[in-house]
Amino acid sequence: MKKKSVVILSITLCLVFLSLWILQQLLMPKYMDNTKEGALISEYYDNAGNNDVVFIGDCEVYENFSPITLWEKYGITSFIRGSAQQMIWQSYYLMEETFRYETPKVMVFNVLSMKYDTPSSTGDSGKREAYNRMTLDGMRWSKHKWNAIQASLTEEEKTWNGEWMYLFPLLRYHDRWSQLNRDDFKYLFHRDQVSDNGYLMQTGIKPVTGEHPERPLADYTFGENSYYYLDKMVELCKAKGTQLVLIKAPTLSPIWWDEWDAQMEAYAEEHDLLYINFLDHQDEIGIDWNTDTYDTGFHLNVYGAEKLSDYFGKILQEECGITDRRNETELAEIWQEKVKIYYERKAKMEAATQ
Amino acid sequence: MEQLLEILSELHPDVDFETEEHLIDNGILDSFDIVTIVAEINGEFDVSIPAEELLPENFNSAKALYALVERLMEE
Amino acid sequence: MLFTSFNFLAFAAVLLVLYYLIPKKGQWILLLAASYFFYICAGLEYLGFILFTTISTYATAYVISIILKKQDAYLAENKATLSRDERKAYKNHVKCINRWIMIACLFLNFAILAFCKACIVEPFQAIAEERGLSFLTVALPLGISFYMFQSAGYLIDVYRGTAKAEKNFFRYALFVSFFPQLVQGPISRLSQLAPSLYAPHAFDGKQVSFGLQRVLWGYFKKLVIADRIVAAVVTLKHPEYTGVGFILLGVFYAIQIYADFTGGIDVAIGLGEALGIKMPENFIRPFFSKNIAEYWRRWHSTLGEWMKDYIFYPISVSSPMLKLSKAARKKLGNFGKRLPVYIASIATWFVTGIWHGLTPNFIVWGMLNCFVIVVSEELTPLYEKFHNRFHLKQKAWYGGFEMLRMFALMNLIRSCDLFPHVGDYFSRLGSLFTTFNFHILWDGTMMKLGLSSLDYAILGFSIVIVFAISVIQEKKGSVRELLWNKPAVLRYVLIYALFLIVLLMGSFGIGYNPGNFIYNQF
Repeated sequence: MKKKSVVILSITLCLVFLSLWILQQLLMPKYMDNTKEGALISEYYDNAGNNDVVFIGDCEVYENFSPITLWEKYGITSFIRGSAQQMIWQSYYLMEETFRYETPKVMVFNVLSMKYDTPSSTGDSGKREAYNRMTLDGMRWSKHKWNAIQASLTEEEKTWNGEWMYLFPLLRYHDRWSQLNRDDFKYLFHRDQVSDNGYLMQTGIKPVTGEHPERPLADYTFGENSYYYLDKMVELCKAKGTQLVLIKAPTLSPIWWDEWDAQMEAYAEEHDLLYINFLDHQDEIGIDWNTDTYDTGFHLNVYGAEKLSDYFGKILQEECGITDRRNETELAEIWQEKVKIYYERKAKMEAATQ
Repeated sequence: MEQLLEILSELHPDVDFETEEHLIDNGILDSFDIVTIVAEINGEFDVSIPAEELLPENFNSAKALYALVERLMEE
Repeated sequence: MLFTSFNFLAFAAVLLVLYYLIPKKGQWILLLAASYFFYICAGLEYLGFILFTTISTYATAYVISIILKKQDAYLAENKATLSRDERKAYKNHVKCINRWIMIACLFLNFAILAFCKACIVEPFQAIAEERGLSFLTVALPLGISFYMFQSAGYLIDVYRGTAKAEKNFFRYALFVSFFPQLVQGPISRLSQLAPSLYAPHAFDGKQVSFGLQRVLWGYFKKLVIADRIVAAVVTLKHPEYTGVGFILLGVFYAIQIYADFTGGIDVAIGLGEALGIKMPENFIRPFFSKNIAEYWRRWHSTLGEWMKDYIFYPISVSSPMLKLSKAARKKLGNFGKRLPVYIASIATWFVTGIWHGLTPNFIVWGMLNCFVIVVSEELTPLYEKFHNRFHLKQKAWYGGFEMLRMFALMNLIRSCDLFPHVGDYFSRLGSLFTTFNFHILWDGTMMKLGLSSLDYAILGFSIVIVFAISVIQEKKGSVRELLWNKPAVLRYVLIYALFLIVLLMGSFGIGYNPGNFIYNQF
């Protein structure tokens, strides 16, 4: 009798947990059709292990650099761990996590996010939370993820004991059932790949027509917290023997103030780092703001990204000593497949935008 | 006892106080009734029932109430 | 830790498992530790408050019990030599001493309660802020109203000799701080709680299951109904909602406060049940009451009992009142006889009012309740004549009518506590007779209250469930018992369905707003 009830209880519990898991799969946003940014972070794990260069940062990395171009032109293997409005603490923990899977020769960090010192610095906490989800939900479970969650919680999330909502995303998306669409069923147990090694392709063209003016700031000094995580990145890379390269993408908006640039210059010098502000190299890169942006200068489109990657690849090769690996047959085969997918995607998207 | 029953039935003519044993538990007497009874008893028997004796078990039946009055008179 | 927080759920789950794993002798000690952990989570700075009340009432009750013991010993020793009058005089003398000791302790405690309550209302809020007491201006120390009443009741019982003083300080500390009832009651007497609170409890599957079912039911009411409808209550408080809008407010607020309060109590009592601890009931389906007096016996009844035992009775049967009763009877007839009762009622409702909050509207609220109860008491003979004339009592619909009448009347009274400025309340009340804006029910206003049509659907569905369950409870008793005798599969499916309803329809966490999940620019 007792044995029987134990069996019944275990079966019941299994059924309950299974059903809840399926429910969770169903209710979580899929980011497949639009807002593809949300799917980026999880795509790393299948491509980890053999990258010479790993990019980390916000949209200024995942919209502006094309790993495929780096491979085609320089035989450099790379991956972009970018996500929408990625905060510097998230970047740091993504970096930590990356070292668990591989030790790249170069880590590239885009410094725009230095401007956000705390989770409340970005203003709208509802949006902030959504961006947190897009970065953190894609991470696999690890202590890095846990620390990233702790560092990222907004005040509102804290009042709800937000950690539990990351632990069990079902608790976060429990009321999304009224907004399910076909994709939620289609992608219940699998996802399509939306990026090319972390690069999210855009083929549209929307020229720069004028400046996007921004109010001058009262204080241009980056926050203590931002520096804290930047210091940690420097230490971490040093310990792993990886070169940390700081960059500022060449996109025009949001404004990268001179005062900010000066701070980064000084920081790079103090820590003996390479810092490249691509805004200063627009002509050499060959960016044409009439054709190379899809949103009036906030981000590059694929044509701009290819130019920028070409330019940066040379720096990686010459100044960072990354060697050409196109002669490694096994690797070349894998990348050949990636290149094929890339051009298919490009052709398809170009056809759609014209 | 006679006097007591008189007081009670004046309050609720429709209740048979000689047999009913759950005056409080069944919600027949409410707190207003209890205070009225205490006041009446105070007038008739010259006994004051203190607040701590206003317990369900003392008011559930006429018998219990009478026992209470007797006990208080003796003290 | 709010009852509705994930941390609380985790805390309760860990406690429940530990509770049945550790040696049974240690169970109450674990509860004490858990209760203080729970308390400290609300803020370490509040700890002094509960400790002061615990220590002061414990010590006072202890001293009183020793004095009483000495009195008994003295009386027993001198039984032969003392006359009856001498004995009485001695007893009165002792009682007098004890009374002053007790009053001193109660005074100190209630002064603290009053102080804390004052700190959260203007103008005292600003003063407290200035004096660096900002932690008191935001919220009351957790559960202060409830643990104060509970320990005050205990002290008075010891003074009266109806309860024995608890010798073990830590056991007493658990009685005062027991976490499920700390937040919003029920207010227990030591004699109600003690038998199960300190006893060793073996794991009993049925009992734990029943407790957890009740917890789930509580969360259902709280999360699915109360926390959803509250948006509309907040909107309807705005001054433009007069006339029918005010009636809506009454109804919505009734639903919200019922679901919120009974839900919270269900969580508390259910949790207690799962731990093997029996707490007194606080609600007996109050909306099925037929008049206001009955409503107050069925709504928050442990507070009502407290008020009755420690305020209403002591005043109404005190000797000045009895004298007044005699005198008034001669002059005013039967009304005079009831005069002391009414005076005691006014005092009781006054205290009940300020207990709810130190703003004038709560006093008005208390007086309104008192007024309606007294008037209906005075009119009882008239009603009865009317009922007998038309044989209304026998008619089936009449009971329903009485309930509706009570519901409507109580809604009007209850709404008073939503308006800190009493004038706002009365002008809103007045609008009932001047504004007949029934069109707001169908002209789209309902959609602007903060509830979507989906919200209305969920609310309607959930209220029907609660109503149906209440009817079954009223007619057939415990629904959980009824289910227990049904096939296990059916029971499991129903519980799981309720769980899913709470999970999917509960209003908790950060609502899913697709707008936020659309990427824009950065």
